Amino acid sequence: MRPVTITIIDYGMGNLVSVSNALSALHVPHSISNRAADIDAADALILPGVGAFGAAMENLRRLQVIDTLRRNVVDKGKPVLGICLGMQLFAETSEEKGHFEGLGWIRGNVRALRPGPTVRIPHVGWTEIVRQRGDCLYGRLGEHPSFYFDHSFHLECPLDLVTAKFCHGGEFVAAIRKDNLFGVQFHPEKSHRNGLKLLRNFVNQATALQGNLQHA
Amino acid sequence: MPECRLIGAVVAKGNWAVQSHGFSRYLPIGRTTVVVDYLNRWGIDEIALIDIDATRERRLPLFDDITRCASKCLVPLAVGGGINSLGTMERLLRSGADKVIVNSAALSNPAVITEGARNFGDQCIIVSIDAVKVGPGVYRVVRGGVTPTDTEVVEHARRVAEIGAGEILLNSVDRDGTRQGYDLGLLNAVAAAVKIPVIACGGVGTARHFLEGYEAGLTSLAAANYFNHCEHSVVLAKRFLQEHGADVRVDTPFTYADLDVNDRGRLAGPNEQLLEHLRFQYIEEEVI
Repeated sequence: MRPVTITIIDYGMGNLVSVSNALSALHVPHSISNRAADIDAADALILPGVGAFGAAMENLRRLQVIDTLRRNVVDKGKPVLGICLGMQLFAETSEEKGHFEGLGWIRGNVRALRPGPTVRIPHVGWTEIVRQRGDCLYGRLGEHPSFYFDHSFHLECPLDLVTAKFCHGGEFVAAIRKDNLFGVQFHPEKSHRNGLKLLRNFVNQATALQGNLQHA
Repeated sequence: MPECRLIGAVVAKGNWAVQSHGFSRYLPIGRTTVVVDYLNRWGIDEIALIDIDATRERRLPLFDDITRCASKCLVPLAVGGGINSLGTMERLLRSGADKVIVNSAALSNPAVITEGARNFGDQCIIVSIDAVKVGPGVYRVVRGGVTPTDTEVVEHARRVAEIGAGEILLNSVDRDGTRQGYDLGLLNAVAAAVKIPVIACGGVGTARHFLEGYEAGLTSLAAANYFNHCEHSVVLAKRFLQEHGADVRVDTPFTYADLDVNDRGRLAGPNEQLLEHLRFQYIEEEVI
């Protein structure tokens, strides 16, 4: 097997440098791009995201990258890891600062987290995730690994997609999996060793699948 | 609920990290890149790198230095000092910062907070407030680290939260470098007035001071000078917090799991035999 190439999608919203630094720490070759040629050539994709949903979808449209992503992710079945807003974009709609349509790759909607007496929004800091079922993303991580979260909106989606939850005044989706779609609400690139392990697991999965994207 | 997070505040004059006392006396520690690298290895939860000279010297942040620091940093890196425009924020985020910290601009050009939140998300924007006590329960905002203004701190905090700040970093000028603990009166007053996270800073001298902050309901606990004294300052402070019931992540190769940590954040009653054993204990680096 040859090393996989990961492309981090640059659509102007996301801490690309942090994701890139994390992959560099793992010595994983990668590119940062929004060009069709680079996305078509990649074995796996990472869709980062920091910022607002509406602006993110607008940027994706403006860069004319949505069709390329759909071709690679939905048609060809390449593994894609959505991080934070990146995961939320997989959904059908979001209520962040208005009403916006997402990529619609999974059923689900993005909603606001609500503050409470001891619940501050944005949800910022390290929080344990509670695994709902096994997934290759969680290799070598304990039962309740902590990751870094920083967000004011969360994904609501069918339970059969949810691989982990977190608590912040209520239970919310921490991570999802649907075939080749992986999504995490937290930031593995900012979650130190736990995050690096998760990213390594994603890369290993992409490596195992290269050349054979017909998987369950 | 988020766990308690310990935040290493790196106070920098340009690209030199310094110890800070009362916002007026500074002692050099070393290069910012080294301090960020070490804090990262020592298990810190987040880093706030603040260039205290940028605004006064009317210059931009040192983007190259921040890129170098970011390359060593696998926890969130918030960067402050000299930020008063959207362009600077964007350049910082592209240089490797995960969040930007705005201080002076919150007074002189607060619209930049709103613009920043609109473009990058409020979770990227921390507003830093330096507070000085002027009377019982009365605190005023300090401008440029030196000049007390007429602006009352709680009111300022409320306003910045309304216009787009995602978090507030609250510094007590009086407690800075004193090792007398956080000014809990100040912190509680601001925390009660806003719904966004409030990060405590200023005055930590012992591990117990972190616990006092935690027990007062603050889960975001920053310190600058405290972490510079010894390599195990971070993990020992966390162990002390854990022993007293706080939820906090400990993820370093050596965790002092079976040892007691005292109030000061040092090993309670060092066991000579154990320490002798530790001298030659081999801890294999985990390759990820």
